[in-house]
Amino acid sequence: MESYRDEHEHEEGHMMKVSLFVTCLVDNLYPQVGEAMVRLLDHLGVEVDFPQAQTCCGQPAFNSGYVDEARASAKTLLDAFEDANYVISPSGSCTGMVHHYYEEMFADDPKRVRQAVDLADKSYEFSQFLVNVLGVTDIGAFFPYSVTYHPSCHGSRLLGVKDEPLQLLRNVRGLELIDLPYDTDCCGFGGTFAVKMGDISTAMVTEKVSHVRETGARVLVGVDMGCLMNIGGRISREGEQVRVMHLAELLYEGVQAGVSD
Amino acid sequence: MTTEIDGKQTGVLDRSRLALQDDFLRAAVRFTADRLRGKKRIATESLGNWETWRERGMQIRSHTVANLDYYLAQFTENVEAAGGHVHFADDAAEAAQTVMNILMEKQARSVVKSKSMVSEEIGINHLLEEHGIEVVETDLGEYIVQLARETPSHIIIPAIHKNRRQIKDLFTEAGGENLTTDTKTLTAFARNTMRNKFLRADVGITGCNFGIAESGSVVLFTNEGNADMVTNLPKTHIVLMGMERLLPAFADLEVMANLLPRAATGQSITTYMSVITGNRRRGDIDGAQEMHLIVLDNGRSRQIGDAKMQSVLNCIRCGACLNVCPVYRQIGGHAYGSVYPGPIGAVLSPVLNEGEKYADLPYASSLCGACSEACPVKIPLHDLLVHLRQRHVEHGHTKTMERLAFRGFKVAFSRPNRLNLAIKMARLGQKALVRNGHIESTLGPLKGWTAGRDAPTVAKQSFHDRWRTLQSELQTQHNHALEPKAERGGDVE
Ligand code: SF4
Repeated sequence: MESYRDEHEHEEGHMMKVSLFVTCLVDNLYPQVGEAMVRLLDHLGVEVDFPQAQTCCGQPAFNSGYVDEARASAKTLLDAFEDANYVISPSGSCTGMVHHYYEEMFADDPKRVRQAVDLADKSYEFSQFLVNVLGVTDIGAFFPYSVTYHPSCHGSRLLGVKDEPLQLLRNVRGLELIDLPYDTDCCGFGGTFAVKMGDISTAMVTEKVSHVRETGARVLVGVDMGCLMNIGGRISREGEQVRVMHLAELLYEGVQAGVSD
Repeated sequence: MTTEIDGKQTGVLDRSRLALQDDFLRAAVRFTADRLRGKKRIATESLGNWETWRERGMQIRSHTVANLDYYLAQFTENVEAAGGHVHFADDAAEAAQTVMNILMEKQARSVVKSKSMVSEEIGINHLLEEHGIEVVETDLGEYIVQLARETPSHIIIPAIHKNRRQIKDLFTEAGGENLTTDTKTLTAFARNTMRNKFLRADVGITGCNFGIAESGSVVLFTNEGNADMVTNLPKTHIVLMGMERLLPAFADLEVMANLLPRAATGQSITTYMSVITGNRRRGDIDGAQEMHLIVLDNGRSRQIGDAKMQSVLNCIRCGACLNVCPVYRQIGGHAYGSVYPGPIGAVLSPVLNEGEKYADLPYASSLCGACSEACPVKIPLHDLLVHLRQRHVEHGHTKTMERLAFRGFKVAFSRPNRLNLAIKMARLGQKALVRNGHIESTLGPLKGWTAGRDAPTVAKQSFHDRWRTLQSELQTQHNHALEPKAERGGDVE
């Protein structure tokens, strides 16, 4: 496969630079997802930088009603990505948070509002960036398994990531994509909701897992680790043999297989 | 939070636990919600430009609510000009008392009602029964709920939680003979029973889907035509209306007549649309001789001026947000413990009744946004839920443990090095809990999670920790060949 770098490096004479917004969840629980993203972007000829000062988008606090606490954490992002050209995250939910609430959250601080608007303008969820900015839909991956895709609520509804992950998946050789029944129904994650209203949340994720089971797919893929942590936790509790992966992990694994194929 | 189960005060979570064990209820709710979702999709697609219709609907409602004082004055003036009597009620009790006064004056013994959520809000049935006045719900779903001595569990489909068998049993108990679960037989029984009631009733009570300001007309949408009976056969007609349910002009009704039935039940048009302007006048062949309109505030006007919350008054009570809500789908309507269930209920109930009673409802949502996406007048319900949580925090009503936890969040997440330290501690702390690579323990602060799901563990090395190595590795091997990297999760094989 001809990589993005082959096409663009000589054209423009320099590599595209992006900054990784890893998100707190991936940073601390699923670092392999961040790593897969970086390796894929590198493979596509994109130079990735990782500003160390970032912590979390503040959503856990914001959605629980703690605005002040959310701001303290959001500020780390505003500062960390001040000079970035593009900010790419493995989460439609966290990027959605930046897009939809940052401006309002800092409404009383003109400097922060400017930063917030600027950050929202240059922030993309991973699959969005690949498809809509890089124009890549076929990443040259090979992944010979049946896969079903769960579209996360915030990514699809708040940020409008609808078809991008599917476009990428459809172009993976060997991959059989099976529609997930009731795909747009929430898995029951919802951050603190999953703990506070644990029984309701469990009922929701149990229904989600039953639909995953109906597909017979061997892999469940998504673009948000919050939801995948929830669905995966239930799958593991029920003893199901379905592998749960972030899209970046699947594509990265597929690219490795594609290269040696 | 004051519903009682076995004498104990309970909240939405406790009530949900009961609902979650009720397989009949959950199956019935899912069945009907699925049907309505499917029908709505077809009805909106066949109309075309649904998003433009929604936008228009939102504009009309926002404009009306923003100028409510003006339109309310115009509306009530026109109702009176058409011969109706207008009463304003500040709260539920006052509205109920106004109804009672009218009934006393008329020496009413028997009342027929068509569907009205405001009548539920003011608890009128209960009050009438206490005074020995017979009340009959004439909407089929409401009738079922009334026979079961329950309250509606959905704002459009009151008996959504009941299946055919249960309905047949209720009708048999009410005197039906040789009934089957067939729709025709069941509706025939209800129709025959009601005919007598209609003819005998002294007063008819209805809600109001829309009040038209320019003419003072009350517009009612029904599928059974029962509102026509309720408003025409008894001598007196009482309209219960939430103060926000207005439209400036008939031209606006066209938009609503397209939005409401499609969003509510997936019908391209409502079966009956009744428009009532004042009482029966000389030369009219039908209509009640006396018409009373009761305009209820009950906390609504408090929301006007709050840039965020004001939009809750745009609601046209279509129930679409309930039909798509994944929480409502699991627990049904009664678990909300309030007159209005589902997403709109989780916003409206604590807004109409401030204080502790419904303060936990805004938390009964995963904030998935399906409601906002479904709403025909584009109310950002999930944002309003967050807004209510913020109010709760601002007023200092959250639990101490939670406040401390978020103070900890602030300390840790405002500086990356502090976060790093906190994560190191978490890594140590989890040691005792980890089994087979994840956490299964059902004790401790995360028990809400772990009771039904395994929890992941904090990674040995965070991404922050890995970055330097990763970066230098990529720099040295920049010949675009991707090296296979170990350290992956388990393979499918
Ligand atoms: S909030 Fe919107 S969707 Fe829900 S009942 Fe009201 S109008 Fe319908």
